Amino acid sequence: MNDELKYLSGKVAKGLMTRREFVGRAAALGVTAAVANTMLAESAAADGHGTPKRGGMLKIGSSGGESTNTQDPALTASEVPLNNLRCWGETLVEISPEGEIEYRMAESVEASADAQTWAFKIRKGIPFSNGKDMTPEDVLKTMQRHSNDDSQSGALGIMKGIANMKVDGDNFIVELDTPNADLPFLMGDYHLMIQPNGGMDDPGAGIGTGPYTIEIDEPGVRHAFKRRDDYWDSENRGWADEVEQLVLNDATARTAALQSGQVHAINRVDPKVASLLDRAPNLSVQSASGRGHYVFIMHIDTAPFDNNELRLALKYAIDRQEMVDKILRGYGSIGNDMPINASYPLFDDTIPQREHSIEKAKEHYAKSGHDGSPIILRVADGAFPGAVDAAALFQQTAQAAGIPLEIKREPNDGYWSEVWNVQPFCASYWGGRPVQDQMYSTAYLSTADWNDTRWKRPEFDAMLNAAKAELDTAKRKEIYSKMGRMLRDEGGLILPMFNDFVSGVSNNLGGWITDPNGGMMNNKAAIKCWVKDA
Amino acid sequence: MHPILKLIAQRIALGIMLLFAASILIFAGTMMLPGDVAQQILGQSATPESLANLRRELGLNEPPVSRYFSWLGGFLTGDLGTALTNGRDIAESLGSRLSNTLFLAFWAALISVPLAIFLGLLAVRYKDRWPDKLISAVTLTTISIPEFMIGYVLIYWISIQLGWFSSVAIINDGMSLWQKLNAIAIPVMVLTLVVLAHMMRMTRAAILNVMQSAYIETAELKGMRMLSIIRKHAFPNAIAPIVNVVMLNLAYLVVGVVVVEVVFAYPGMGQYLVDHVSKRDVPVVQACGLIFAAVYIGLNLIADIVSILANPRLRHPK
Repeated sequence: MNDELKYLSGKVAKGLMTRREFVGRAAALGVTAAVANTMLAESAAADGHGTPKRGGMLKIGSSGGESTNTQDPALTASEVPLNNLRCWGETLVEISPEGEIEYRMAESVEASADAQTWAFKIRKGIPFSNGKDMTPEDVLKTMQRHSNDDSQSGALGIMKGIANMKVDGDNFIVELDTPNADLPFLMGDYHLMIQPNGGMDDPGAGIGTGPYTIEIDEPGVRHAFKRRDDYWDSENRGWADEVEQLVLNDATARTAALQSGQVHAINRVDPKVASLLDRAPNLSVQSASGRGHYVFIMHIDTAPFDNNELRLALKYAIDRQEMVDKILRGYGSIGNDMPINASYPLFDDTIPQREHSIEKAKEHYAKSGHDGSPIILRVADGAFPGAVDAAALFQQTAQAAGIPLEIKREPNDGYWSEVWNVQPFCASYWGGRPVQDQMYSTAYLSTADWNDTRWKRPEFDAMLNAAKAELDTAKRKEIYSKMGRMLRDEGGLILPMFNDFVSGVSNNLGGWITDPNGGMMNNKAAIKCWVKDA
Repeated sequence: MHPILKLIAQRIALGIMLLFAASILIFAGTMMLPGDVAQQILGQSATPESLANLRRELGLNEPPVSRYFSWLGGFLTGDLGTALTNGRDIAESLGSRLSNTLFLAFWAALISVPLAIFLGLLAVRYKDRWPDKLISAVTLTTISIPEFMIGYVLIYWISIQLGWFSSVAIINDGMSLWQKLNAIAIPVMVLTLVVLAHMMRMTRAAILNVMQSAYIETAELKGMRMLSIIRKHAFPNAIAPIVNVVMLNLAYLVVGVVVVEVVFAYPGMGQYLVDHVSKRDVPVVQACGLIFAAVYIGLNLIADIVSILANPRLRHPK
């Protein structure tokens, strides 16, 4: 999909195709108009001012920072600390915007024939910012810190399938309980920043192999970085002399800072103002279709949601296109009640799209024999941006089908501990994962900690394990397709929309690309972009 | 002992007891909130194992009462402890936040208090004529608009359209005083507009009240000029209610400006407290809560003392 779009956008840049034609073709490939326009702007930029420039100070304004933040990668869960990690640290591998493995601390990786043992060859001569060279032992210690018994790491879940880890010469060896063809993708998780001695001595010291070192660290206010002279990959990253990240949690403060030229880029532009902001002369709004999605989740083991007819009634009652238009203002795409979309490798695009249908909703609701007692949907503003409005839209279309949906508004504070994964029907969001296996293992495996729909099907688990061990991609794709269909038709997940990552970028910033792995170029804007008038 | 000194000593002792009670209330309040610090740190990505590990490390398995007393013990010996969420020394982070808050409050007060009193006097001088009506209309309008709205409007005009001042008020130690003042210019304007009306109206009302007294009429009959009557005779007698409302507004400038801090990304105490409340970081919430309580109690104490000193009847009680 990506190759074809790249080819097409190149044609537009050369004047062989009109913009309108391009957007039409892109839509046929499942790309939203907003993203198609961004791609066009990019290919034009690649033709124009593509040479990186060294020097200057690159400033970004970000939401998602608090005075409680730390530099410990294990405890990183929001965008500001994540941007910080990318400045000073690097992982074994990264996932490129095209969804491929990009080697960082590892220079290559080899799997045994059964995909159960993996050897990462570690690069030599890469210095940490404390002057010491990074070694395979540091890698091993890092992975141990994130997986041992007293780990508090957010990556603990993905480290679970590892039976044994060791160092063998230049190689870091991972032995798995069960085969997993996607292991390298798991090692690209942002928590797994390689630290000296694995960060066991001082996890929050901010010492790593990244292009910058921390100069000022004021959580919740600002973080300033200075370029390292001894950075190993300075030909590709770390263009600005200094990087400053200002914590601007207020959406208006962020856009004002961008408009008045105090920062070069901001994250999370509110879709409501994105098209207005885009009109400003000195900046552009950039969006990237990602894997993140907004959901309404039902516990399928709790009445009345244990009845698949009722679940189907609710799934047909939701008007997905209306949600994309009104909640995301076009900065997103419609969902299909499965957590996978075209941004994932091995996605089967022949799975039929579920359409909004009052008749079908009525039909399934009648079949469910629900007693007519109110069905309570719990929601808070913090569940996802626009969650309360989305629930109200859902309630209206459900009522049209005669389904007594009732909204109970919960406070933001404590939502993730008291409502999500506790109450049987609520709003939530998922950030998406780089590969299908990881998304399903995280939330749809019987034993998953975050199985927030209580989806426990042995045959589904078996398929997931079979796909993991399958190195033939055609066969894997087929298995994933079956799993997707099963979840779509029987699961507790109502997935109305996939949200784009929307950022605001000053025209003075060069090197911006679309990265579906996360907002702000998968949080690498500060290390991959440059200041044009530096 | 002089009765006033005795009064002050009594008030301070009472203030300390109030602070102690406040600390218990704050602690109990944060205990009642759903979830704990471990859950809030890990958020949606919490697993039972990582939760248990984090709780053990943060000492959350101790019973609340013993946690309260160990905190109190530290506090009385001058040790505020470390933040549960990021392990930083509370006294250090709080120190810079507090000085930022006081910096902003100081400049806002320096402009708004004299301005409010001056406008109040002016309104009395031109009572029921157009200057009085204009002053009241403008200040009542600005107090009625939510402060974030005033903030956004000023950002739009002054920062984006005119480009005079920065819309981001982040200050740090590396900046000169001039740079700092430049950064906080718009927030100071917002705060001034927000607190002006209250103090101005109270000044006007208190002086008008005094103006109806017989001795003012006498002064008028003696042929004194209106402004000097207000300044020499009316104002000293109206000072007690004015000081009270000024102190209330000063307290607001210190403890109530979290919305303005958010809009301008100003690194003050309000944002710091809100972040830690939402993370259930009890030691920090305690420390901030006590500082806020102390500011209120202290400023009220000052207001009381000033009104006593300003009033001879209270100064020499029979």
